[in-house]
Amino acid sequence: MPKRIDFTRSLVLGLGGLIAFLGLWYGLSASGIVPPLFLPTPFEVLDRFIDLLDRRFAGATLPAHLAASFERFAYGFLLAAIVGIPLGLLMGWFRILDEIVSPIFDGLRFIAPIAWVPFAALWFGTGIGGPILIIFAGAFPPCVINAYRGAKFVDPRLIEAANMLGTPNRRVITEILLPASVPSIISGLRVSAGLGWQSLVGAELIVASTGVGYMMVQGQANLSTTTVMSGMIAIGLVGLALDTALRFAERLIERRRGMET
Amino acid sequence: MPRRLQIGGATILVLVILWYLSTTVFGLIAPGRFPSPQATIDALGHVLFRGYAGGTLIEHIFNSLRLVILGFLVAVATGVPLGLLMGWNRTAEALINPVFLIIRPIPPLAWIPLAILWLGLGDSAKILVIWFAAFVPSVINTYAGVRTIEKPVLEAAAMLGTPRLRFIREVLVPASSPMIFTGLRLSLQASWTTLVAAELVGAFYGLGRVLNVAQQDLYPGMILVGMIAVAILGWATTKALGKLEMRALSWNQAAALAGRG
Repeated sequence: MPKRIDFTRSLVLGLGGLIAFLGLWYGLSASGIVPPLFLPTPFEVLDRFIDLLDRRFAGATLPAHLAASFERFAYGFLLAAIVGIPLGLLMGWFRILDEIVSPIFDGLRFIAPIAWVPFAALWFGTGIGGPILIIFAGAFPPCVINAYRGAKFVDPRLIEAANMLGTPNRRVITEILLPASVPSIISGLRVSAGLGWQSLVGAELIVASTGVGYMMVQGQANLSTTTVMSGMIAIGLVGLALDTALRFAERLIERRRGMET
Repeated sequence: MPRRLQIGGATILVLVILWYLSTTVFGLIAPGRFPSPQATIDALGHVLFRGYAGGTLIEHIFNSLRLVILGFLVAVATGVPLGLLMGWNRTAEALINPVFLIIRPIPPLAWIPLAILWLGLGDSAKILVIWFAAFVPSVINTYAGVRTIEKPVLEAAAMLGTPRLRFIREVLVPASSPMIFTGLRLSLQASWTTLVAAELVGAFYGLGRVLNVAQQDLYPGMILVGMIAVAILGWATTKALGKLEMRALSWNQAAALAGRG
């Protein structure tokens, strides 16, 4: 049996793990076992991160790059949600639409979002249009799949009861199907935000001329490992914030529906 | 023939006809934007027999597939044991989890510039990136899988004094294998996405390289061929993993039943 360990002990162990990790990192780079060009110390990375907050690199400061990235992400993600959720719901409710769209959707799903980069650049350029298509390609499938699941797995007894009571179709949709699908839709949004954010980073590494991804590529070209690592930290922080916000929304909705476990 | 297959087949047929009509017959889509069926077949012939971007299609496929499989195996060989350890041993969990929580939000693609800085454009950089990308889903799902094991099973094993190795082989791994396989599927997907992205950023061979060169040459037919190749490979490897899962889990179910009986 795994033994329970108390809170202080796990805190101490956790801190120990972190310190060991950072210590190993620091030791490797400060002792010169790994050249500092390849692995700067954690402090140098932190310095650079703070430095980038108001110093321009690759045309903008880190916050400005982040803002550019986030704008693209927001457009791509919203577009995926606006198109994907209704499509998924309709596929779940109307069998014929499901049968028509599914083969196309299944075929497209196996194309890695990042493989859209060449067409994205060809069709919409490398400014904001191209990256948006790639984010869309990453964020779209989870929106559709989860809305579909939400609509498909509504308790049939609810619909039967509504039908028996002579509820008009429109009200069945707004009062039974839609509310019942919301939790699944929200968790779909969380997955798709993660995938969209990741696709954005990929798109910016390859085609963009602003954004955190672009900053990292420039850092790489200038052999500035600290800049690359600062970019990774910034991307991780924003991704974490997005995930936390959507997780919070998920909880809130579950709680309002009394589905708390 | 089942209705689903009929409608699906008809949909795809209609799409192909529409594709042909809009590109070749009516010229609604400019050939510089999206290739006609003929141009796509020509591009396929080109890369298949004469070679493109430094090799024939078979060579590119072989190279990409090799890297994905290598990176995936390294990730699984390290990720699954770590997940088992974290799920089983509370001390290890408390020690490793915080470090993991820090690294986890960094999207796999964000490691690409760092990998290029460290290892250049060759195979080792690709394997490193795939490892990082595929490692996280393997660990998380294995960890979650161990946590789903019911307490009585663990207690029974402990009570009977099962030796540690036998316990791992006959209780821990089989009981968490459904979740482990979920992790492997996600890892495989991440491997493909990351490899294609890494090859798009910089490579000497591979399908991402084909996409990249085709983009620079403004060669839509070749872009489409590259995307289809990526999709087919992703689909085929996922199917192969599914087959493996069926075999592994059918044994697991039988074992579980025998154990229960």
